[in-house]
Amino acid sequence: MIEFRLDQRSGVAPYLQLAQQVRHSLRLGYLRPGDQLPRVKDVVGSLAINPNTVLKAYRELEREGLVEGRPGVGTFVLRGLDGPSPRAHAALQRSLERWLRNALDAGLDAEAIRGMFETTLQDNREIAS
Amino acid sequence: MNALEASALSKKYRNQWALQDCSFSLSAGRIAAFVGPNGAGKTTLLHIAVGLLHATSGSLHVLGGEPAADEEMLSRVGFVAQDTPLYRNFTGEDLIAFAAHTNRTFDTDFTRDRLRSLDVPLDRKASTLSGGQRAQVALALALGKRPELLLLDEPLASLDPLARREFLGALMEGVAEGEVTVVLSSHLITDLERVCDHLLILSNGRLQLAGDIEDLVDDHRVLVGPRSTGAKRRAIAGVESVVEETVIGRQATLVVRVDGPIVDPKWEEYEVSLEDLVLAYLGRKQHGAGADEPVRAISAGRAL
Repeated sequence: MIEFRLDQRSGVAPYLQLAQQVRHSLRLGYLRPGDQLPRVKDVVGSLAINPNTVLKAYRELEREGLVEGRPGVGTFVLRGLDGPSPRAHAALQRSLERWLRNALDAGLDAEAIRGMFETTLQDNREIAS
Repeated sequence: MNALEASALSKKYRNQWALQDCSFSLSAGRIAAFVGPNGAGKTTLLHIAVGLLHATSGSLHVLGGEPAADEEMLSRVGFVAQDTPLYRNFTGEDLIAFAAHTNRTFDTDFTRDRLRSLDVPLDRKASTLSGGQRAQVALALALGKRPELLLLDEPLASLDPLARREFLGALMEGVAEGEVTVVLSSHLITDLERVCDHLLILSNGRLQLAGDIEDLVDDHRVLVGPRSTGAKRRAIAGVESVVEETVIGRQATLVVRVDGPIVDPKWEEYEVSLEDLVLAYLGRKQHGAGADEPVRAISAGRAL
């Protein structure tokens, strides 16, 4: 089971935040096939949000084939998501830290780095998705 | 069926109009934020909906019928009045027993379970409970009727931030458990942003805006551009109406309702936050719009 949180200032629609958190948990293996997602009633009770927000997030995940709603029972994980292997993850982390040191040495500050990352991600959107 | 349907609803106290020409409809299943400054007429409208007041002219239909028409109608509508009043010397158990006696349908177990799960002591007098606990008792009693429509008048006003969150959490649980339309009045939108999917804005007794929040946010933009000079400002393509205009130096910031894409490169276009949208509609009276400006519902917007 996982616990949702909401960042009101992120600018990302609340239902997308919930769906992202489920995908994240699937990648990291916190959620596995057969697991039940938090019940709508419990999510809205703890986060104080509109039930439709949760239903919309679950419908989105259902559309992606990741979960399945069973009427009267709940919503269950159908399949996991492959994240990078722990080794690949660590290697990527190290190369990112190297890159970060180079950027700082070159005089970029955190804001400039963030900007460059965002722009590069935008420019390579087709590859990234 | 609409949970609420107002048609030219007006209410006059002596020579003062509290509500004037309000028309809107609220579909069943919505959670509506009913926003406006103190004294805007929110309580008056809610009191008409539960039969505590009668309209001077126009009509308000509740769940397809007249407000408080009969016992059956009373049992279908729950109401939590401002400051969540309870009988001070009654304990939680007394209040539950009282509600069970005085309501045609009342789910005693459901109400007791809710309050137990919130750790509200049922053996203590209401006067000894905290403000947050009293609000939870009032909410649980209203939900215990299993109403189809639940009206809450400024339920958060006297609660601290933690109690607000807990109150709204309990309310949303109640909504998730049963099909209930909710109207929450407040002079602030920020508290309600997470829970509401519909917005009604009232100011000076007049309805300023009504609609589903997603549609309203889609239909409005903030535009930043040059201050226009000359007697007549040229219309901006894609703008249906200007809700609010703020001018500082040579720059103008507009909150507008759009009816097409904004193509003029002079104007930078931004999404509007719900809070800014509400403030724009509440503030626009001071921006030259006449007092006789017609009521606008989502489908009835006209250029200024």
